[in-house]
Amino acid sequence: MADREIITEVLARVEGEGAMDVRIRDGQVQDVQLRIYEPPRFFEAFLRGRRFTEVPDITARICGICPVAYQMSSIAAMEDVCGVGPLHEQIRALRRMLYCGEWVESHALHVFMLHAPDFLGYSSAFEMARDHPGVVESALQLKKAGNALMRVIGGREIHPINVRVGGFYRAPTRAELAPVVEELKVAREFALEAVAFTASLPTPDFEEDYVFLALSDPDVYAIEGGRLVSNTGLDLAPSQYDEHVVEEHVEHSTALHSRLRDGTRYLVGPLARYALNRERLSPVAREAADAAGLQDVCRNPFRSIVVRAVEILYALDEALRLIEAYEPPDPPGVEVLPHAGVGHGWTEAPRGMLWHRYEIDDDGTILDAKIVPPTSQNQGRIEESLHGFVQQHVELDDDELRLRCEQAVRSYDPCISCATHFLRLEIDRG
Amino acid sequence: MVIGVGNGWRGDDGAGLAVARRVRELAPAGVEVREVEGDATALVDAWSGAARVVVVDAAESGAPPGTVQRFDARSQPLPVRSLRSSTHAFGVSDAVELARALRRLPDRLDVYAIEGASFTAGERLSPAVERAVDELATALASARR
Repeated sequence: MADREIITEVLARVEGEGAMDVRIRDGQVQDVQLRIYEPPRFFEAFLRGRRFTEVPDITARICGICPVAYQMSSIAAMEDVCGVGPLHEQIRALRRMLYCGEWVESHALHVFMLHAPDFLGYSSAFEMARDHPGVVESALQLKKAGNALMRVIGGREIHPINVRVGGFYRAPTRAELAPVVEELKVAREFALEAVAFTASLPTPDFEEDYVFLALSDPDVYAIEGGRLVSNTGLDLAPSQYDEHVVEEHVEHSTALHSRLRDGTRYLVGPLARYALNRERLSPVAREAADAAGLQDVCRNPFRSIVVRAVEILYALDEALRLIEAYEPPDPPGVEVLPHAGVGHGWTEAPRGMLWHRYEIDDDGTILDAKIVPPTSQNQGRIEESLHGFVQQHVELDDDELRLRCEQAVRSYDPCISCATHFLRLEIDRG
Repeated sequence: MVIGVGNGWRGDDGAGLAVARRVRELAPAGVEVREVEGDATALVDAWSGAARVVVVDAAESGAPPGTVQRFDARSQPLPVRSLRSSTHAFGVSDAVELARALRRLPDRLDVYAIEGASFTAGERLSPAVERAVDELATALASARR
């Protein structure tokens, strides 16, 4: 047992490309490293010298799964630096609806196509589809509903083109949103079933004592803004983020790792949002969470699949609420003039808080850009968590341990393509 | 129906999208053209209702850049390793198998894979890929006249 080595060539069903190394000596886990070996994305450098108004269209290209998140954090930062006051209520509502569409799409992909097969013992979603076609069909229905929302508001399904600093180019009419309502209602029923389905999956008994960070808003389940709060008492504005969080380069990864100033590794994403904002979920989502057996705080990373399903339900419910109260804003956006300075913006991407900081000059040329995606914030904490998880299961044979590790990594839904880019897993037992 | 798949901001990964756009310019009305970026599960919906579908994607199989391979996806699974549509772990081959399991494959599905040279960040296609895109788009457009 002391001298074994496990090498997994590709860890599938994780967004992006990376690797995981586990070193075990005499039954003790010595080190767990998530390596990311594609050169960092050069978007921050791309942005320098571009116009401040170009950020939503350029940053949307960082990720094919969560383009809206990039757009929303980038425009929040630009509106901050340019001194744009509160926007029309309906412009904000449209942004939130668009974001709900992305949450539904991204979570449905992860829950059903990437993560659920692990729990049911399938190596892929299409294997699962042969035995559980209904589950996969409902996932496709959910994704379709999210798509519909993105298409009507964003102008198209992926990489929306209707978003701009100051609002939208064009506001959809109520008539244009009407057909989406029916799709969302059907999808909400599927989402209710999805919560029950995920709750029925067998999950390993494993809990972690996380420091959770998530945006929070007194009135709603925070998505497109708020203050950054934690279960340890942090309460920050966007401009205070880098005073409290440091990014460090670690040798085994080309993505930067984040930690709090005191060295604490923290977690962002669905588990954090749920722990900190559960009270702000809509009644139907809260009831579904209760019925699924979720406590006020969920510390089992494998149960994050249930939390994601609850968030799908919430996002559909919330989009329906917003559409019902919707009146097209006229104008659909405000003219924004550049103003030299530094601006900060953050929003809750499906995988967690996404922070942007820009410096622009008086002409509106971008001088500096900094983007901190959720996966790079979580990476250090995922390593810590895996350390404990592997130790707890060190007696498993190599294949079984590898599968469990893959499942554990996937429970964090790391989007390594955002932070940089397949995941390989290597277990070295000396 | 012609569907281009890829990421236009990662060099030759945009080859499929480039073919779709070119076919749109060249093809007669009645040929539906779509572009799918990001997650390839969208393909299953994109081709629903269409009888004859062509999907074009970028490939990374080790062949010389610009090499075009054609696969009949109805008769057998795609060679997973050679298609690279996505950094998303859910690519065209996954979408095809998902559709097969759900009995949602079109009656005829041809997948063309264009071998890329470079997949680094940027909007440009390599010259060999550019030529392959032009030739394939012209062939696809005229096949439907």
